[in-house]
Amino acid sequence: MSLAPTRHPATASADFLRIEALEKIYMTRGGGVTALKHVSLSIGAAEFVSLLGPSGCGKSTLLRCIAGLERTTAGSISISDNPVDGPPEHMGIVFQRDVLLDWLTVVRNILLPCRIKGLAVEPWVPKAHALLELIGLGGFENRYPWELSGGMRQRVAICRALLLNPSLLLMDEPFGALDAMTRDELNLELQRVWMADAKTVVFVTHSIPEAVFLSDRIFVMSRSPGRVVDVIAVDLPRPRPLAIRETPAFSDYVSRIRQVFEGFGILRGSHARD
Amino acid sequence: MLATDSAAAARRSFHIVLVVTGFFAVWQFGVFVLRPPEYLLPGPIAIFRELLSAPLWYLGNSLDTIGATLLGFLVAVAFGCLAAIGIVYSRLLENTLYTLLVALNSVPKIALAPLFIIWLGTGLQSKIAISFLIALFSIVVDTVLGLRSVDPDAVDLFRSLRGTPLKTLLWLRLPNALPYLFAGMKVAISLALVGAIAGEFVASQAGLGYVILSAQGAFQTTRVFAAIVLLGFLGTVLFYIVDLVERLVCPWHVSHRAQHHDAAGAG
Repeated sequence: MSLAPTRHPATASADFLRIEALEKIYMTRGGGVTALKHVSLSIGAAEFVSLLGPSGCGKSTLLRCIAGLERTTAGSISISDNPVDGPPEHMGIVFQRDVLLDWLTVVRNILLPCRIKGLAVEPWVPKAHALLELIGLGGFENRYPWELSGGMRQRVAICRALLLNPSLLLMDEPFGALDAMTRDELNLELQRVWMADAKTVVFVTHSIPEAVFLSDRIFVMSRSPGRVVDVIAVDLPRPRPLAIRETPAFSDYVSRIRQVFEGFGILRGSHARD
Repeated sequence: MLATDSAAAARRSFHIVLVVTGFFAVWQFGVFVLRPPEYLLPGPIAIFRELLSAPLWYLGNSLDTIGATLLGFLVAVAFGCLAAIGIVYSRLLENTLYTLLVALNSVPKIALAPLFIIWLGTGLQSKIAISFLIALFSIVVDTVLGLRSVDPDAVDLFRSLRGTPLKTLLWLRLPNALPYLFAGMKVAISLALVGAIAGEFVASQAGLGYVILSAQGAFQTTRVFAAIVLLGFLGTVLFYIVDLVERLVCPWHVSHRAQHHDAAGAG
């Protein structure tokens, strides 16, 4: 909230994406359902944050509001101090399902954002190839999506989201439909890609370890109504290997977050209080 | 991939030839044993002899019927696609054109054939018009379904990149609708042939429908059968042409992929 004319670099970067008093109410026949209530947060440039919470906590709704795909009921969202009204420029998005177009080859799928935006395709072809190489799918350019496994398809979807050098990458449970091993692998890949070219990432997940592994900061959300109940900065060195999940520091973060959920009546039972 | 593809195609046509030959063999055997009078049920050999007695005449009449069928069909595809796009994008067209099409489809279109003869005469135009009308419905209905049944996430992807409605149509809805369009076309091509024959039944001086009617009047049953065999052959060929075009235009479609893998596995 600094209105000072000169801005400290750190303050400026903490304000890349700012959400203030956001509210989202869905109108249904039975009346309004509050999906998000008084959500305020700010995210820095090149920061990796997660929206973590149980289903129904509004984390996907919040992401869709940031993406400009969903109308907000009250409050404001701004990116680099420009209010968001509709999908922002320089944004890439990855959904839970890869949404690759079956009739296009891998490389043409990655180049799809050019087509949609009406840009010349040619200048972006080398970038598409480089992204495929970076994410470990070099040589698959001319395959069709149905020839690829689920994990490979989602990698292609990530390449597509990164094609136009977005400054903001939104990911809505991108690995939720994958098996555990593929998920681990893609967590590593995502970290690597992000470290190679850091951009602001907002990552929606309901997996506590996944959020801790990937994030700089985690916005812990609760439901009825959907809201942010805690913010946890994850101070673990990068690049983080998968083995970091067995370290005490990592476990501390995980149990801290679990306790937050338990405090809100989520995740009670089985392993409570240890 | 192409080799295994054509191998699968060869196997498919081999099956068709085998089944049809078997059918004719059983038929010929039955005629040979039971010896029905030829004006009731001629055998396949008599029918083929009839076809070979005037090949050019049969060819000319076939071309006439095929011409009307194809023209009616193609106009139905062109108009049907445009109509489907209009119906999907305009509430007004959905409420008017679509409602009208559904109502019109409930009328047996063959009942309209005499009207077209009155309006357009007994030539090619009336046959094309009846073919068109009878083929149109399945194309419109299937294409509308295809344009609508896009993945909502894909629509969001286009929205997130600020894609215009035209880009969404060209890069998402139309390609997505292609397999549906082809399903409609496969039904429509057979119906278009029915339409052409219906037109020829009502009034005409040429075409296989005309051959059947005039031969029936003279009790030339073998000739009737010859025309029917030709119609069966032409209908099958037309269907497989549409099928082939579909394979070329949308090789990604699930129903073809299975055969891809089968062929790959067998090869």
